[in-house]
Amino acid sequence: MAGISTRSRPIPWNELERIASTAEAAEADAICGRVPKFIVEPSTAEQVAAVLRWANENSVALAARGNGTKPGWGAAPRELDVVVSMRKMNRVIEHAWGDMTTTVEPGCTVADLQRTLAEHGQRLAVEPLFGGHATIGGIVAANDNGPSRVRFGSLRDLIIGVTLALPDGTLARSGGKVVKNVAGYDLPKLATGSLGTLGIITQAIFRLHPLPQTERTLTFQFETIAAANQAALALLDSVLTFTGLQLRSSGPSLCTLDVRFEGIENAVEDQARRAGRMVGNLLPAEAGQWQSSTALWDESPGSICRFSVLPSEIAPFLDRAQSLAEPLAVRTRAVVQAVGVGLLRLDGPTDALLRTIRELRQLAAVRHGSVVVLHASGELRSQLDPWGEVGTALGTMRRMKQQFDPKGILNPGRFVGGI
Amino acid sequence: MDRRILDAFRAVLSSSGLITEASELKTYECDGLTNFRVVPAAVLLPESSEQVQAVVRICHQHKIPFVARGSGTGLSGGALPVANGVVLSLARMSRTLEVDIPNQRVTVEPGAINAFITQQVAPYGYFYAPDPSSQQVCSIGGNVAENSGGAHCLKYGFTTTHVLGMDVVLPDGELVHLGSSTLDSPGYDLAGVFVGSEGTLGVATRIILRIVKRPEVITTLLAAFNSTNEAGEAVSDVIASGVLPAAIEMMDNLAIQAAEASVHAGYPNCGGLLLVELDGTATEVETLMHQVNDICTRRGAWEIRLAHSEAERIVVWKGRKAAFAAMGRISPNYIVQDGVVPRTALPQIMNEIARLSRESGLRVANVFHAGDGNLHPLVLYDRRITGQEHLAEQVAGDILRLCIKAGGSITGEHGVGEEKKMFMGEMFAEPDLDTMQLVRCAFDPEHLANPGKVFPRLRLCAEKTGPYTPHPLELAGVAEFF
Repeated sequence: MAGISTRSRPIPWNELERIASTAEAAEADAICGRVPKFIVEPSTAEQVAAVLRWANENSVALAARGNGTKPGWGAAPRELDVVVSMRKMNRVIEHAWGDMTTTVEPGCTVADLQRTLAEHGQRLAVEPLFGGHATIGGIVAANDNGPSRVRFGSLRDLIIGVTLALPDGTLARSGGKVVKNVAGYDLPKLATGSLGTLGIITQAIFRLHPLPQTERTLTFQFETIAAANQAALALLDSVLTFTGLQLRSSGPSLCTLDVRFEGIENAVEDQARRAGRMVGNLLPAEAGQWQSSTALWDESPGSICRFSVLPSEIAPFLDRAQSLAEPLAVRTRAVVQAVGVGLLRLDGPTDALLRTIRELRQLAAVRHGSVVVLHASGELRSQLDPWGEVGTALGTMRRMKQQFDPKGILNPGRFVGGI
Repeated sequence: MDRRILDAFRAVLSSSGLITEASELKTYECDGLTNFRVVPAAVLLPESSEQVQAVVRICHQHKIPFVARGSGTGLSGGALPVANGVVLSLARMSRTLEVDIPNQRVTVEPGAINAFITQQVAPYGYFYAPDPSSQQVCSIGGNVAENSGGAHCLKYGFTTTHVLGMDVVLPDGELVHLGSSTLDSPGYDLAGVFVGSEGTLGVATRIILRIVKRPEVITTLLAAFNSTNEAGEAVSDVIASGVLPAAIEMMDNLAIQAAEASVHAGYPNCGGLLLVELDGTATEVETLMHQVNDICTRRGAWEIRLAHSEAERIVVWKGRKAAFAAMGRISPNYIVQDGVVPRTALPQIMNEIARLSRESGLRVANVFHAGDGNLHPLVLYDRRITGQEHLAEQVAGDILRLCIKAGGSITGEHGVGEEKKMFMGEMFAEPDLDTMQLVRCAFDPEHLANPGKVFPRLRLCAEKTGPYTPHPLELAGVAEFF
C-alpha cells in the first residue's frame, strides 16, 4: 500500500469542517490505542463521499465508526487522523415487510432496527455482541453474527445490497432489494468483514425473517467438554430445528450446552421434549444464556479471541486451551457456537497468554481453523499479529485493497497482513 | 492457434486431453443458451488441479483467453467460447474428495454433478440444498460460477450459502485457497465474491460444500386458483402469517398446459397453480400446513392436494421441474427469462407481462419462484416466421426492464453471461459497474478469464500497483506474512 506518510503539504482541516460537522477527538476516541485528531459526523452519503474524497486528496488516514463498541478489534492502524462517526446516519429507510427486506443506514443500532422491524412481526436474524448498542455498519464491517447463525446463516447470507463510499468519492451500489439476485459481483459479501478497509458503508439492505411465536431454551450440563461436544454433534445430526446451539465452559470441569427452539407453541414443546430425551442432564431454566458472549467483555483487562474450528474439533481445541493454560496460571472461559465459531477469554500474564495463543493457532491451523485476537492489552498487541496467518489468498486480498483504496487511507494496517 | 502453443497444451494434457478437430469443437460452441455460438480454437480437458494450473499458465504467458465450462447447461451464455480462445472443460474432474458427515461437509472437484452430491450423502440423512432444475446434469463448478439457485433456495439459500471454501487457479496460474472448511476465516470474503462471478475471476478446482440434514417431514401442497393474482394473494398471506416454506412455486395456465402435454403431471386445468412445500418436524409441518391450507381456501383455491410421501411429491413436482423443456410441446421456439421483482410487485408485473403479450401477439407462459419474486417468463415464438425472433427478444427485454423499474433484478439465478450484459447498464449506474470491475482488476487485470461477459464494457485496470508497505509488526520481526 502506498504510504500516506509521503504526505507533503499541510492538511487543510478547515475544508473538512465545511463538508460536515467536525470536532476535536479525545482519548476515548482511540482505535487500538491510536488517538485521532478529529471526529467528523456526516449526515448523508454524499457527505461521506466528500469526506473520503477530501481525505484521499490530502492523504488523511480515516477510520469509520458506529457506536464504538469494538474499538480494539484488528491491528493498530499505522496512522489515524480522522474518525468518521456514522451516528447521524441512523435511519431505517425502508421496511418492506411484504417483501421481508429492510434498507437501513449504517449508524442505526441493531436494537433500534429490531424495534422497527418488530412492528410488523419481523427481525434481522442476527444476535451480535453488545446487541443493543452495536450499529448495523459496525456488525457488517466486523462480521459479528451470533447464535442464530446455526439456523439463519450469518450476515453474509442476510445482506442483499450495499452502497459503498470509496476513497475517490464514488458512491457505488451493488446487490439490490430483492433476495434473489445474481447480477454483477457480490460486493455486499466483500464489504462484510472488511473492517472498513475498502470503503465506508452508507446503506445496507437485508433479508428478514419472521419473529417466532414463542421460544424455549434448554440448558444441559456435562462433566467434560468432550461430552458436551458429542451432544452438540448429535443434535446437529438430528432432525431438530434449533435456532441456537452453544457450549459454555469455564475452567477444566463442567460444561453446559444451550439449545434453543423457536416457532409455534406445540412444535417448540415437541422439539424441546425430544431434545431432552436425546441429551439428559437438564438444568433448571435460567436467563441470559444467549448474551453470555457479550458477558465475556464484562471484566477487564484480559484477552478475548475469536476462534474457528470444525464442529467436531471444539472439544479438542478447548481441552488443549485448558491444558496449556492451567500450568501457566491462565484462566479460561469460552462461549462457542456449535457451528464451530467461539470466543475464548484468557486471563493471565502476558507471556503466558502469548504462548497459549500461539500454540492454539498451530492446533487450529491443522484443520484449517483460525484464532483471531479481538481484545488484548497494548503489551500483548505489540507482540502478536491479532489476525494470525491468512494463507495463500493474501496476495489477492492486497490487490483488492490496492484497487479500492490505492493510497491506503482507510484504516491503514488494521486488517489482515498489514492491509 | 499457433502450433507451438497447442504442443505446450498437449505436453500437459496428452493428446486425449486436447480437442482441435473442427467437428469436435462444435460440441462446445454454445451452452444452454443456443442462440449465441462461437467455435473455440481448442478445448482442453484437464484431469487435475495441477493440469488446470499448467494450462492456465500457458494461456497467461501467451495472452490466450479461456472460458471454463462444466456441463454446459447455463442459460445466459456464460460458457460461450471466445473466438481464438480455449475452452477449459472440467468434465473429467468430477471426483468426490472427502465426505465428512459429522461436520456436514463434502469436498468435490468442479465437474461433480449436483444431484450426485445428494445421492452420496442421502444414506446418512443429508442432502445438498441448491437444486437448479438441471440438477441431474449440471456441475458444481458451473453452480459456483453462476451462484445457482433453485426452488428450495427460498428457505435454504443459494449456492453461495453452501460453498465454504475453494481452491482456485487465478488467471495468472497461481493456485490459491479462498474461504475455508471452517467459518469466518480472517480476511476478505473472497469465496463470497468468487461464487457468482461467472468464470471471470479464475477456475475453481476443488470446492468444499456444506450439506444439510434432511428434514423429518416434507409435505407439498398443490392448490388450484382461477388466476395467478388469487394465487399471488395466497402467497402474500402465507408469508405474512410468519411461515417460511421450503419452496413456493407458481405456474400460469399456459405453463400448465405445456407441462401436461409433456409429462402428464395430472395438474388441474386452472389459471394459477401454486405449490407450497413445508418441511421440518412432523408436529410443526402438520400445524403449519393446516394454516396454509386455510389461507389457500380463503383466497379461492378450488382444488387442494397434499403430497406426503416421496413418490407423491415427485408426481407433484414433475410438471414444475419439466416446465421449461415442456415449452417445446406448445411452441417451436421460446426464450426463458429470469427476472426478479420484490414479491409484492408480482401481481402488477403479471398484468404488465400480459399486456406485452397482447401487444406483441406472442404468447408468454409464466413459471416462477413466487416466494422470492423470481420470474421465469417464457416468450414463445416461431423462428420460421420472419421477424418473430426479433420481436420475442424485444418482449423478453421489455420484461427485464419492467423488473428493473419495479426495483428488482435482471437475473435471479441464470447469470448475466453474454445474454444480459447490455442490461447491466440499465440496472446499475456507471460508477456501480466500474466499482464491481475493481474486483475483476484484483483477480484478472488482463481480462483472460471469460472476457466480454457480465459487463457491457471493460474497465481498464491500472497495470502498475503501488509498492507494498510492510506492517510495523512485520518489520519488528514479530509477525510473518506468508
